[in-house]
Amino acid sequence: MEHGSVRDPSSATFCFVDEDHTLANSVRFALNQDPRVSFCGYSIPHPSDAKVNIRVQTTGDPAREVLKDACQNLMVMCQHVRSTLDKAVDDYRSNPTDMDTK
Amino acid sequence: MSEQESSSDERMSSEEEEEQQQKEEGFSYWNLKDVERGQLPPHIRKQGTRVYCKPDAPTNTETLQYSGSYASMGVDNSLRLDSFRENFRIKVIALDKDKMEFDMIGIDAAVANAFRRILISEVPTMAIEKVFIANNTSVIQDEVLAHRLGLIPIKVDPRLFEYLSANDTPNEKNTIVLKLHARCNRGQPRCSVYSQELKWLPNGSEFAKESEKPDSKPSTYTSFSCGQDSLPEFAGNPISTVEDIILAKLGPGQEIELEAHAVKGMGKTHAKWSPVGTAWYRMFPEVVLLENIKGEDAEELIRKCPSGVFDIEDTGNAKKKAIVADSRACTLCRECIRGDEEWEKRVALHRVKDHFIFTIESTGALPPEVLFTEAVKILEAKCERVITELS
Repeated sequence: MEHGSVRDPSSATFCFVDEDHTLANSVRFALNQDPRVSFCGYSIPHPSDAKVNIRVQTTGDPAREVLKDACQNLMVMCQHVRSTLDKAVDDYRSNPTDMDTK
Repeated sequence: MSEQESSSDERMSSEEEEEQQQKEEGFSYWNLKDVERGQLPPHIRKQGTRVYCKPDAPTNTETLQYSGSYASMGVDNSLRLDSFRENFRIKVIALDKDKMEFDMIGIDAAVANAFRRILISEVPTMAIEKVFIANNTSVIQDEVLAHRLGLIPIKVDPRLFEYLSANDTPNEKNTIVLKLHARCNRGQPRCSVYSQELKWLPNGSEFAKESEKPDSKPSTYTSFSCGQDSLPEFAGNPISTVEDIILAKLGPGQEIELEAHAVKGMGKTHAKWSPVGTAWYRMFPEVVLLENIKGEDAEELIRKCPSGVFDIEDTGNAKKKAIVADSRACTLCRECIRGDEEWEKRVALHRVKDHFIFTIESTGALPPEVLFTEAVKILEAKCERVITELS
Protein backbone atom coordinates (compact mmCIF):
# COMPACT_ATOMS: atom_id res chain seq x y z
CA MET A 1 0.00 0.00 0.00
CA GLU A 2 1.31 3.46 -0.88
CA HIS A 3 0.62 6.75 0.86
CA GLY A 4 1.86 9.64 -1.21
CA SER A 5 0.62 12.81 -2.76
CA VAL A 6 -0.91 12.92 -6.22
CA ARG A 7 1.06 15.97 -7.23
CA ASP A 8 4.50 14.88 -6.07
CA PRO A 9 5.32 11.26 -6.82
CA SER A 10 8.93 11.70 -5.70
CA SER A 11 8.18 11.06 -2.04
CA ALA A 12 5.93 8.41 -0.60
CA THR A 13 5.47 6.08 2.34
CA PHE A 14 4.87 2.42 1.61
CA CYS A 15 3.20 0.13 4.07
CA PHE A 16 4.15 -3.56 3.89
CA VAL A 17 1.75 -5.86 5.68
CA ASP A 18 3.03 -9.14 7.21
CA GLU A 19 6.64 -8.02 6.98
CA ASP A 20 9.23 -7.08 9.60
CA HIS A 21 12.85 -5.94 9.94
CA THR A 22 13.93 -8.84 7.72
CA LEU A 23 12.63 -7.27 4.53
CA ALA A 24 12.44 -3.63 5.62
CA ASN A 25 16.09 -3.35 6.66
CA SER A 26 17.30 -5.13 3.51
CA VAL A 27 15.17 -2.88 1.31
CA ARG A 28 16.37 0.19 3.17
CA PHE A 29 19.94 -0.96 2.52
CA ALA A 30 19.23 -1.39 -1.19
CA LEU A 31 17.45 1.98 -1.41
CA ASN A 32 20.23 3.84 0.37
CA GLN A 33 22.74 2.65 -2.19
CA ASP A 34 20.69 4.12 -5.01
CA PRO A 35 21.97 7.59 -5.95
CA ARG A 36 18.44 8.72 -6.86
CA VAL A 37 17.33 8.42 -3.25
CA SER A 38 17.64 11.53 -1.07
CA PHE A 39 16.10 10.00 2.02
CA CYS A 40 14.79 6.64 3.10
CA GLY A 41 14.02 4.91 6.34
CA TYR A 42 11.61 2.49 7.88
CA SER A 43 9.66 2.09 11.08
CA ILE A 44 7.44 -0.45 12.74
CA PRO A 45 4.65 1.69 14.21
CA HIS A 46 3.62 -0.84 16.81
CA PRO A 47 5.37 -4.09 17.76
CA SER A 48 2.17 -6.10 17.87
CA ASP A 49 1.04 -5.08 14.37
CA ALA A 50 2.73 -7.06 11.62
CA LYS A 51 3.44 -4.11 9.36
CA VAL A 52 6.24 -1.73 8.43
CA ASN A 53 6.26 1.73 6.92
CA ILE A 54 9.01 2.52 4.44
CA ARG A 55 9.59 6.17 3.60
CA VAL A 56 11.23 6.93 0.27
CA GLN A 57 12.14 10.42 -0.95
CA THR A 58 13.93 10.81 -4.23
CA THR A 59 15.64 13.57 -6.16
CA GLY A 60 12.86 13.54 -8.74
CA ASP A 61 12.13 10.03 -9.97
CA PRO A 62 8.88 8.41 -8.84
CA ALA A 63 9.43 6.79 -5.44
CA ARG A 64 7.44 3.75 -6.50
CA GLU A 65 9.81 3.02 -9.40
CA VAL A 66 12.88 3.54 -7.23
CA LEU A 67 11.51 1.13 -4.63
CA LYS A 68 10.78 -1.42 -7.33
CA ASP A 69 14.34 -1.11 -8.62
CA ALA A 70 15.71 -1.56 -5.10
CA CYS A 71 13.72 -4.79 -4.72
CA GLN A 72 14.94 -5.91 -8.12
CA ASN A 73 18.55 -5.25 -7.09
CA LEU A 74 18.03 -7.19 -3.89
CA MET A 75 16.64 -10.12 -5.87
CA VAL A 76 19.63 -10.12 -8.19
CA MET A 77 21.92 -10.07 -5.16
CA CYS A 78 20.05 -13.04 -3.66
CA GLN A 79 20.37 -15.00 -6.88
CA HIS A 80 24.07 -14.33 -6.93
CA VAL A 81 24.40 -15.41 -3.27
CA ARG A 82 22.60 -18.65 -4.09
CA SER A 83 24.74 -19.54 -7.07
CA THR A 84 27.92 -18.64 -5.16
CA LEU A 85 26.89 -20.86 -2.26
CA ASP A 86 26.11 -23.79 -4.55
CA LYS A 87 29.52 -23.43 -6.12
CA ALA A 88 31.27 -23.13 -2.73
CA VAL A 89 29.52 -26.27 -1.47
CA ASP A 90 30.50 -28.19 -4.60
CA ASP A 91 34.10 -27.02 -4.22
CA TYR A 92 34.10 -28.12 -0.59
CA ARG A 93 32.63 -31.53 -1.41
CA SER A 94 35.15 -32.19 -4.15
CA ASN A 95 38.09 -31.12 -2.01
CA PRO A 96 37.28 -30.58 1.66
CA THR A 97 40.87 -30.37 2.89
CA ASP A 98 42.07 -27.74 0.47
CA MET A 99 40.38 -24.83 2.21
CA ASP A 100 42.44 -22.08 3.71
CA THR A 101 40.49 -20.25 6.37
CA LYS A 102 42.41 -17.04 6.24
CA MET B 1 49.61 10.71 11.86
CA SER B 2 48.86 8.23 14.60
CA GLU B 3 50.56 4.91 15.24
CA GLN B 4 47.49 2.94 14.30
CA GLU B 5 47.33 4.12 10.73
CA SER B 6 51.00 3.67 10.11
CA SER B 7 50.76 -0.07 10.67
CA SER B 8 48.38 -0.74 7.84
CA ASP B 9 49.21 1.93 5.32
CA GLU B 10 51.59 0.98 2.57
CA ARG B 11 51.83 4.51 1.27
CA MET B 12 53.23 5.54 4.60
CA SER B 13 56.84 5.97 3.58
CA SER B 14 56.13 8.82 1.20
CA GLU B 15 53.80 10.45 3.72
CA GLU B 16 56.40 10.11 6.42
CA GLU B 17 58.89 11.91 4.28
CA GLU B 18 56.37 14.65 3.72
CA GLU B 19 55.73 14.92 7.42
CA GLN B 20 59.42 15.19 8.04
CA GLN B 21 59.63 17.92 5.46
CA GLN B 22 56.75 19.76 7.12
CA LYS B 23 58.49 19.62 10.47
CA GLU B 24 61.57 21.19 9.02
CA GLU B 25 59.69 23.98 7.27
CA GLY B 26 57.29 24.61 10.14
CA PHE B 27 53.64 23.58 9.97
CA SER B 28 51.39 25.41 7.55
CA TYR B 29 47.98 24.54 6.21
CA TRP B 30 49.16 25.49 2.75
CA ASN B 31 51.66 22.66 2.78
CA LEU B 32 48.99 20.05 3.42
CA LYS B 33 48.36 17.80 0.49
CA ASP B 34 44.93 17.87 -1.13
CA VAL B 35 42.79 14.80 -0.71
CA GLU B 36 42.78 13.11 -4.07
CA ARG B 37 39.38 13.23 -5.66
CA GLY B 38 37.74 9.89 -6.28
CA GLN B 39 39.77 8.24 -3.57
CA LEU B 40 39.19 7.93 0.13
CA PRO B 41 42.02 8.66 2.55
CA PRO B 42 43.15 5.39 4.15
CA HIS B 43 41.92 6.19 7.65
CA ILE B 44 38.40 6.97 6.38
CA ARG B 45 38.41 3.85 4.27
CA LYS B 46 39.36 1.89 7.36
CA GLN B 47 36.62 3.47 9.46
CA GLY B 48 34.12 2.36 6.86
CA THR B 49 35.25 -1.26 6.79
CA ARG B 50 36.32 -1.99 10.37
CA VAL B 51 34.75 -1.90 13.80
CA TYR B 52 37.36 -0.70 16.29
CA CYS B 53 37.20 -2.70 19.49
CA LYS B 54 38.46 -0.47 22.27
CA PRO B 55 38.86 -1.70 25.88
CA ASP B 56 35.71 0.04 27.07
CA ALA B 57 33.46 -0.13 24.00
CA PRO B 58 33.51 -0.72 20.25
CA THR B 59 33.52 2.32 17.97
CA ASN B 60 32.72 2.79 14.27
CA THR B 61 30.01 0.17 14.49
CA GLU B 62 27.72 1.72 11.87
CA THR B 63 27.86 0.89 8.19
CA LEU B 64 27.65 3.77 5.77
CA GLN B 65 25.00 2.71 3.33
CA TYR B 66 24.02 6.04 1.84
CA SER B 67 25.25 6.44 -1.72
CA GLY B 68 26.29 10.03 -1.17
CA SER B 69 28.23 9.45 2.07
CA TYR B 70 31.53 10.43 0.50
CA ALA B 71 30.17 12.67 -2.27
CA SER B 72 32.22 15.66 -1.11
CA MET B 73 35.35 13.63 -1.75
CA GLY B 74 34.18 12.62 -5.17
CA VAL B 75 33.67 9.01 -4.11
CA ASP B 76 30.57 7.18 -5.24
CA ASN B 77 29.29 4.91 -2.48
CA SER B 78 26.36 3.57 -4.49
CA LEU B 79 25.94 -0.14 -4.99
CA ARG B 80 26.81 -1.44 -8.37
CA LEU B 81 25.74 -4.97 -8.90
CA ASP B 82 28.75 -5.86 -11.01
CA SER B 83 31.12 -4.76 -8.25
CA PHE B 84 29.07 -6.76 -5.76
CA ARG B 85 29.32 -9.79 -8.03
CA GLU B 86 33.05 -9.33 -8.29
CA ASN B 87 33.69 -8.97 -4.57
CA PHE B 88 31.18 -11.38 -3.09
CA ARG B 89 32.67 -14.69 -1.97
CA ILE B 90 31.59 -17.70 0.04
CA LYS B 91 34.03 -20.17 1.55
CA VAL B 92 32.75 -23.31 3.23
CA ILE B 93 34.78 -24.04 6.35
CA ALA B 94 32.97 -27.12 7.62
CA LEU B 95 29.95 -29.01 6.38
CA ASP B 96 28.29 -32.18 7.57
CA LYS B 97 24.74 -33.44 7.62
CA ASP B 98 23.52 -31.13 10.36
CA LYS B 99 26.06 -28.37 10.82
CA MET B 100 27.67 -25.92 8.47
CA GLU B 101 30.12 -23.10 8.88
CA PHE B 102 31.01 -20.76 6.07
CA ASP B 103 32.53 -17.35 5.43
CA MET B 104 30.40 -14.85 3.58
CA ILE B 105 32.50 -11.96 2.34
CA GLY B 106 31.40 -8.74 0.67
CA ILE B 107 27.81 -8.39 1.84
CA ASP B 108 26.13 -5.86 4.12
CA ALA B 109 25.00 -6.76 7.62
CA ALA B 110 21.41 -5.87 6.68
CA VAL B 111 21.24 -8.71 4.16
CA ALA B 112 23.26 -11.18 6.23
CA ASN B 113 20.92 -10.51 9.13
CA ALA B 114 17.89 -10.99 6.90
CA PHE B 115 19.18 -14.47 5.99
CA ARG B 116 19.71 -15.29 9.66
CA ARG B 117 16.26 -14.08 10.67
CA ILE B 118 14.60 -16.00 7.84
CA LEU B 119 16.48 -19.19 8.75
CA ILE B 120 15.24 -19.03 12.32
CA SER B 121 11.66 -17.94 11.80
CA GLU B 122 10.48 -18.28 8.21
CA VAL B 123 11.81 -21.48 6.67
CA PRO B 124 8.96 -23.99 7.05
CA THR B 125 9.20 -27.49 8.52
CA MET B 126 6.80 -30.17 9.69
CA ALA B 127 6.03 -30.51 13.41
CA ILE B 128 3.42 -32.25 15.50
CA GLU B 129 0.50 -29.90 16.05
CA LYS B 130 -2.39 -32.12 17.23
CA VAL B 131 -2.12 -35.06 19.61
CA PHE B 132 -5.06 -37.41 20.14
CA ILE B 133 -4.48 -39.21 23.41
CA ALA B 134 -6.43 -42.46 23.77
CA ASN B 135 -4.77 -43.56 26.95
CA ASN B 136 -2.15 -42.05 29.19
CA THR B 137 -1.64 -43.56 32.61
CA SER B 138 1.95 -42.37 32.94
CA VAL B 139 2.96 -39.70 35.44
CA ILE B 140 3.57 -37.16 32.67
CA GLN B 141 0.45 -35.09 32.03
CA ASP B 142 -1.27 -35.09 28.64
CA GLU B 143 -0.46 -31.46 27.88
CA VAL B 144 3.20 -31.81 28.87
CA LEU B 145 3.52 -34.96 26.77
CA ALA B 146 1.88 -33.19 23.82
CA HIS B 147 4.30 -30.29 24.16
CA ARG B 148 7.28 -32.66 24.20
CA LEU B 149 5.96 -34.42 21.10
CA GLY B 150 5.61 -31.09 19.32
CA LEU B 151 9.29 -30.31 19.76
CA ILE B 152 10.51 -33.53 18.10
CA PRO B 153 12.11 -32.84 14.72
CA ILE B 154 10.57 -34.89 11.91
CA LYS B 155 12.95 -36.01 9.19
CA VAL B 156 10.94 -35.11 6.11
CA ASP B 157 11.28 -32.54 3.36
CA PRO B 158 8.60 -29.88 4.11
CA ARG B 159 8.58 -28.78 0.47
CA LEU B 160 6.59 -31.91 -0.34
CA PHE B 161 3.69 -30.73 1.82
CA GLU B 162 1.10 -27.97 1.77
CA TYR B 163 -0.03 -25.77 4.64
CA LEU B 164 -3.15 -26.92 6.47
CA SER B 165 -5.45 -23.91 6.75
CA ALA B 166 -8.33 -23.55 9.17
CA ASN B 167 -11.04 -24.84 6.82
CA ASP B 168 -9.03 -27.69 5.26
CA THR B 169 -9.57 -31.30 6.14
CA PRO B 170 -6.37 -33.15 6.97
CA ASN B 171 -5.32 -35.14 3.92
CA GLU B 172 -2.24 -36.91 2.57
CA LYS B 173 -0.82 -33.63 1.20
CA ASN B 174 -0.83 -31.65 4.43
CA THR B 175 -0.66 -34.04 7.38
CA ILE B 176 1.68 -36.71 8.67
CA VAL B 177 0.15 -39.12 11.18
CA LEU B 178 2.36 -40.82 13.75
CA LYS B 179 1.27 -43.41 16.27
CA LEU B 180 2.74 -44.16 19.68
CA HIS B 181 1.78 -47.15 21.74
CA ALA B 182 4.08 -47.91 24.66
CA ARG B 183 3.44 -50.03 27.70
CA CYS B 184 5.44 -51.16 30.69
CA ASN B 185 4.19 -54.57 31.80
CA ARG B 186 3.67 -55.40 35.45
CA GLY B 187 6.67 -57.04 37.01
CA GLN B 188 9.06 -55.26 34.69
CA PRO B 189 11.39 -52.46 35.74
CA ARG B 190 10.53 -48.89 34.71
CA CYS B 191 11.14 -48.15 31.07
CA SER B 192 11.70 -45.07 28.91
CA VAL B 193 9.68 -44.14 25.84
CA TYR B 194 11.89 -42.90 23.03
CA SER B 195 11.00 -40.83 19.98
CA GLN B 196 11.80 -43.69 17.58
CA GLU B 197 8.79 -45.55 18.98
CA LEU B 198 6.62 -43.09 17.06
CA LYS B 199 5.45 -45.06 14.03
CA TRP B 200 4.42 -43.45 10.78
CA LEU B 201 0.87 -44.24 9.61
CA PRO B 202 0.97 -43.69 5.84
CA ASN B 203 -2.76 -44.33 5.54
CA GLY B 204 -3.77 -41.69 8.04
CA SER B 205 -5.51 -41.78 11.37
CA GLU B 206 -6.71 -45.07 12.78
CA PHE B 207 -8.90 -43.54 15.48
CA ALA B 208 -12.60 -43.56 14.64
CA LYS B 209 -14.46 -40.30 15.13
CA GLU B 210 -17.49 -40.37 17.36
CA SER B 211 -20.44 -39.63 15.13
CA GLU B 212 -23.77 -38.20 16.18
CA LYS B 213 -25.75 -40.39 13.83
CA PRO B 214 -25.19 -43.98 14.94
CA ASP B 215 -25.89 -45.51 11.51
CA SER B 216 -23.44 -43.31 9.56
CA LYS B 217 -20.23 -44.72 8.17
CA PRO B 218 -17.37 -44.63 10.69
CA SER B 219 -14.87 -41.92 9.81
CA THR B 220 -11.42 -41.12 11.18
CA TYR B 221 -9.69 -37.84 12.05
CA THR B 222 -8.05 -37.63 8.64
CA SER B 223 -9.35 -38.10 5.12
CA PHE B 224 -6.51 -39.53 3.06
CA SER B 225 -7.45 -40.33 -0.52
CA CYS B 226 -4.42 -42.59 -0.89
CA GLY B 227 -1.62 -43.95 1.27
CA GLN B 228 1.41 -41.66 1.59
CA ASP B 229 3.68 -44.67 1.04
CA SER B 230 2.24 -45.03 -2.47
CA LEU B 231 3.43 -41.51 -3.37
CA PRO B 232 6.70 -41.64 -5.32
CA GLU B 233 8.58 -39.33 -2.90
CA PHE B 234 7.95 -41.56 0.13
CA ALA B 235 8.10 -44.98 -1.49
CA GLY B 236 11.05 -46.78 0.07
CA ASN B 237 11.74 -43.69 2.17
CA PRO B 238 9.55 -43.90 5.26
CA ILE B 239 9.03 -40.77 7.37
CA SER B 240 10.72 -40.96 10.75
CA THR B 241 11.67 -38.69 13.62
CA VAL B 242 15.03 -37.89 15.17
CA GLU B 243 15.91 -40.81 17.43
CA ASP B 244 16.87 -41.12 21.09
CA ILE B 245 14.74 -38.34 22.54
CA ILE B 246 13.10 -39.47 25.78
CA LEU B 247 9.38 -38.66 25.73
CA ALA B 248 8.24 -40.19 28.99
CA LYS B 249 9.10 -42.81 31.58
CA LEU B 250 6.66 -45.58 32.39
CA GLY B 251 6.31 -47.45 35.65
CA PRO B 252 5.02 -51.05 35.76
CA GLY B 253 1.44 -51.20 34.50
CA GLN B 254 1.52 -47.75 32.88
CA GLU B 255 0.66 -47.20 29.26
CA ILE B 256 0.59 -44.47 26.62
CA GLU B 257 -1.47 -44.74 23.46
CA LEU B 258 -1.79 -41.78 21.18
CA GLU B 259 -1.81 -40.45 17.67
CA ALA B 260 0.13 -37.33 16.65
CA HIS B 261 -0.70 -35.24 13.59
CA ALA B 262 2.17 -33.20 12.16
CA VAL B 263 1.54 -30.21 9.90
CA LYS B 264 3.62 -27.63 8.09
CA GLY B 265 4.41 -24.35 9.82
CA MET B 266 6.94 -21.59 10.40
CA GLY B 267 9.21 -20.72 13.32
CA LYS B 268 7.51 -17.37 13.88
CA THR B 269 4.30 -19.17 14.89
CA HIS B 270 6.05 -21.52 17.28
CA ALA B 271 9.72 -22.43 17.73
CA LYS B 272 8.94 -26.12 17.13
CA TRP B 273 8.72 -25.29 13.41
CA SER B 274 12.14 -23.66 13.35
CA PRO B 275 14.40 -25.73 11.08
CA VAL B 276 17.56 -24.70 12.91
CA GLY B 277 18.82 -25.34 16.41
CA THR B 278 20.23 -21.93 15.87
CA ALA B 279 21.80 -19.89 13.10
CA TRP B 280 24.27 -17.13 13.85
CA TYR B 281 27.09 -15.11 12.44
CA ARG B 282 30.04 -13.15 13.79
CA MET B 283 32.18 -10.59 12.07
CA PHE B 284 35.70 -11.65 11.21
CA PRO B 285 38.14 -10.60 13.96
CA GLU B 286 41.28 -8.84 12.82
CA VAL B 287 44.16 -8.56 15.27
CA VAL B 288 46.89 -6.06 14.41
CA LEU B 289 50.20 -5.65 16.22
CA LEU B 290 50.98 -1.95 16.11
CA GLU B 291 54.62 -2.36 17.07
CA ASN B 292 57.12 -5.16 17.34
CA ILE B 293 56.56 -7.01 20.59
CA LYS B 294 59.71 -8.78 21.69
CA GLY B 295 61.13 -10.87 24.51
CA GLU B 296 59.32 -10.76 27.86
CA ASP B 297 56.45 -8.71 26.42
CA ALA B 298 55.85 -11.28 23.72
CA GLU B 299 55.56 -14.02 26.30
CA GLU B 300 53.23 -11.91 28.42
CA LEU B 301 51.00 -11.32 25.39
CA ILE B 302 50.71 -15.04 24.79
CA ARG B 303 49.86 -15.61 28.46
CA LYS B 304 47.21 -12.88 28.32
CA CYS B 305 45.30 -14.37 25.38
CA PRO B 306 43.00 -17.25 26.45
CA SER B 307 42.14 -18.36 22.91
CA GLY B 308 45.63 -18.72 21.50
CA VAL B 309 45.62 -16.00 18.87
CA PHE B 310 49.29 -15.13 19.22
CA ASP B 311 52.44 -17.13 18.72
CA ILE B 312 56.15 -16.57 19.17
CA GLU B 313 58.52 -16.44 16.28
CA ASP B 314 62.22 -16.94 16.74
CA THR B 315 64.03 -14.19 14.93
CA GLY B 316 67.44 -15.75 15.48
CA ASN B 317 70.02 -14.88 18.17
CA ALA B 318 67.57 -16.32 20.72
CA LYS B 319 65.35 -13.28 20.22
CA LYS B 320 61.63 -13.73 20.33
CA LYS B 321 58.92 -11.79 18.54
CA ALA B 322 55.13 -12.05 18.89
CA ILE B 323 53.09 -12.70 15.76
CA VAL B 324 49.39 -13.09 15.09
CA ALA B 325 49.03 -16.78 14.31
CA ASP B 326 45.27 -17.29 14.25
CA SER B 327 43.12 -14.18 14.27
CA ARG B 328 39.99 -16.24 13.56
CA ALA B 329 40.28 -17.76 17.05
CA CYS B 330 39.91 -14.31 18.63
CA THR B 331 36.71 -14.11 20.66
CA LEU B 332 37.18 -10.42 21.28
CA CYS B 333 37.53 -10.88 25.02
CA ARG B 334 39.91 -7.88 24.90
CA GLU B 335 42.05 -9.51 27.57
CA CYS B 336 45.14 -8.55 25.53
CA ILE B 337 44.43 -4.81 25.72
CA ARG B 338 43.07 -4.76 29.25
CA GLY B 339 44.99 -3.57 32.30
CA ASP B 340 48.10 -1.60 31.50
CA GLU B 341 47.43 1.23 29.06
CA GLU B 342 50.63 0.37 27.24
CA TRP B 343 48.97 -2.62 25.63
CA GLU B 344 46.34 -0.50 23.95
CA LYS B 345 49.13 1.07 21.93
CA ARG B 346 50.63 -2.28 21.00
CA VAL B 347 47.63 -4.32 19.91
CA ALA B 348 44.56 -3.22 17.96
CA LEU B 349 41.43 -5.35 17.69
CA HIS B 350 39.16 -4.82 14.73
CA ARG B 351 36.24 -6.59 13.16
CA VAL B 352 35.80 -6.66 9.42
CA LYS B 353 32.34 -5.26 8.70
CA ASP B 354 31.60 -7.19 5.54
CA HIS B 355 33.11 -10.57 6.43
CA PHE B 356 30.70 -12.85 8.25
CA ILE B 357 31.45 -16.23 9.78
CA PHE B 358 28.03 -17.81 9.43
CA THR B 359 27.05 -20.99 11.28
CA ILE B 360 23.89 -23.01 10.75
CA GLU B 361 22.84 -25.94 12.92
CA SER B 362 20.02 -27.91 11.37
CA THR B 363 17.55 -29.89 13.48
CA GLY B 364 17.46 -32.69 10.93
CA ALA B 365 14.63 -31.99 8.48
CA LEU B 366 16.86 -30.54 5.76
CA PRO B 367 20.66 -30.35 5.41
CA PRO B 368 22.07 -26.91 6.38
CA GLU B 369 23.17 -25.86 2.89
CA VAL B 370 19.65 -26.51 1.59
CA LEU B 371 18.22 -24.48 4.48
CA PHE B 372 20.37 -21.50 3.54
CA THR B 373 19.35 -21.76 -0.10
CA GLU B 374 15.71 -21.87 0.99
CA ALA B 375 16.21 -18.79 3.17
CA VAL B 376 17.68 -16.85 0.26
CA LYS B 377 14.76 -17.94 -1.92
CA ILE B 378 12.32 -16.68 0.71
CA LEU B 379 13.95 -13.23 0.70
CA GLU B 380 13.70 -13.25 -3.08
CA ALA B 381 10.02 -14.16 -2.87
CA LYS B 382 9.44 -11.25 -0.48
CA CYS B 383 11.01 -8.82 -2.97
CA GLU B 384 8.99 -10.38 -5.76
CA ARG B 385 5.82 -9.80 -3.75
CA VAL B 386 6.61 -6.12 -3.25
CA ILE B 387 7.35 -5.70 -6.96
CA THR B 388 4.10 -7.30 -8.03
CA GLU B 389 2.09 -5.30 -5.50
CA LEU B 390 3.62 -2.05 -6.76
CA SER B 391 3.11 -2.87 -10.42
